[in-house]
Amino acid sequence: MPKTKSAKNNDKLIIFSDIEPFSGIKKAIQSGRRDVLETVRDSNLKGRGGAGFPTGVKWNLAAAATSEKKYVVCNADEGEPGTFKDRILITEHAKLFLEGMIIAGFAIGSDQGFIYLRGEYRSFLPILEKEISLLRKNNLLGKNILGKKGFNFDIELRLGVGAYVCGEETALIESLEGNRGEPRNRPPFPVNTGFNGNPTVINNVETFANIPHVITKGAEWFKSFGTDKSAGTKLLSISGDCKKPGVYEVPFGISVKEVLKLCAGQDAKAVQIGGASGVCVVKKDFNRKIAFEDLSTGGSVIIFGKRRKMLEVAGNFLEFFKEESCGQCTPCREGIPVLTEALSLLKNGECSKEYLKDIFSLAETMELASKCGLGQSSAKAFVSIINNFKDEYNLLKSDNKRKVFNG
Amino acid sequence: MAKICAVEKKIKINGKEIIVCDETRSKLLCVLQEIQDKKGFISDVDMQDVADKFGIHPVEVYSVVSFYSFLTNKKKGKYIIRVSTCITCEMAGSNKLISDFEKLLKIDCGDTTKDNKFSLEKTSCIGMCDQAPAIMINDRLIGNVTKEKIKKILKELK
Repeated sequence: MPKTKSAKNNDKLIIFSDIEPFSGIKKAIQSGRRDVLETVRDSNLKGRGGAGFPTGVKWNLAAAATSEKKYVVCNADEGEPGTFKDRILITEHAKLFLEGMIIAGFAIGSDQGFIYLRGEYRSFLPILEKEISLLRKNNLLGKNILGKKGFNFDIELRLGVGAYVCGEETALIESLEGNRGEPRNRPPFPVNTGFNGNPTVINNVETFANIPHVITKGAEWFKSFGTDKSAGTKLLSISGDCKKPGVYEVPFGISVKEVLKLCAGQDAKAVQIGGASGVCVVKKDFNRKIAFEDLSTGGSVIIFGKRRKMLEVAGNFLEFFKEESCGQCTPCREGIPVLTEALSLLKNGECSKEYLKDIFSLAETMELASKCGLGQSSAKAFVSIINNFKDEYNLLKSDNKRKVFNG
Repeated sequence: MAKICAVEKKIKINGKEIIVCDETRSKLLCVLQEIQDKKGFISDVDMQDVADKFGIHPVEVYSVVSFYSFLTNKKKGKYIIRVSTCITCEMAGSNKLISDFEKLLKIDCGDTTKDNKFSLEKTSCIGMCDQAPAIMINDRLIGNVTKEKIKKILKELK
């Protein structure tokens, strides 16, 4: 078992604030399904995986769906470079998100939950197994939970096998069904046609960890944190060139500058928000805020010190995407190698202004035409780095080498 | 409705016949993981066996095995050393770690030692960025890896 470092800041905001274990389920059972659904919707809680889809809407849709079978899936497949918040949640706060899952099961009328745990976190499996068997013993999982007749729910653990793309919700479902983890076309969305074609609510570990607090302490309390459009807090996984890397819980609306102060990384020349599929923020933009309406992130914050060569960073991200692209759709599969080639031209000073224009237009195509979030965001970091660090490369003046993009 | 997964079965709900995926297909990955754990790889014969069990074509099993990086159809070492090469680990010196491993094990990255004890691979982010550079040895996550630590670990495992 590796040493896991607890959350770094002592602020107990939402996730790490005190709560009596399982008070959320008790309150949910007392107040009923409709109340739970309303509270989650009123809280404006949005998906913490990065996409930010309103959790309340998802739950209400699944609850409204008529089906014999419904599923609750916890997406514990965090694979975005620079993300490790789920590691802390799983090893130290497992009760919290498990409770969130049970509440979800109650709210939408599901009797079966899955945790899709990334293969890299396999050593944490015993922790989850132990917690789940404790829940079963205490009638918090199983039949007629806490004496509520007809409230049956159980959780099955499934392991991922080392594919980043399976963090995408439809790819995760494919993987749960025993297929290659290739994303599906959306719509239909999992909330209607999910696991085995049944309505399925998929939420991030962190989203589920918020739920018991929302139910126990109320939507208004939850909304007192964060901004108008981004209620609550975010767990940030901070790494790179700073003195105090780790997991921090911060209210939405915090500026990049403040984040750097927290982790003692003030010397940064740039910060990557959102991992390989996020954007690179440079010093002049350090007043930008972490929130769904500005810099949206699943939690990854990577700090680059003064001596870092940013084209190398872009190269590392492209390498990552080359490795992790599922290869299903053309813009992503074919686009990434072309960007990689362009990057090496840029490094060698062999790229012309015109060719770079073509490359940017290709990046736009990748963003528009790729099927899933991975493909759509695979060029994002590249574009923001090339745009922000013009002083780290020279463009060819005359365009004698390459006139048009013929990729 | 389009086919959602390969194995489908017809069931009746409230007198209406609907097509659903066979539950068992969902266990395919679990079964493959078991074989991988037990034998260290999934052979052609295994794939045929699994295919027969699930009533699917062996090529379909192969397509799943080849998709996931932790499943392999080639025999690997008893200990698979995976070095994270994602950006935070790279900044903390993962390339140097790989060449240290290469020298100590006398193999190239991607290969297995002659005694079938160690395989050396690169991997994407393993979620240990706060303790970069980090590696995985089989299921074990190890952070803050240095050359000295590597030597110690290899000695322990030998």
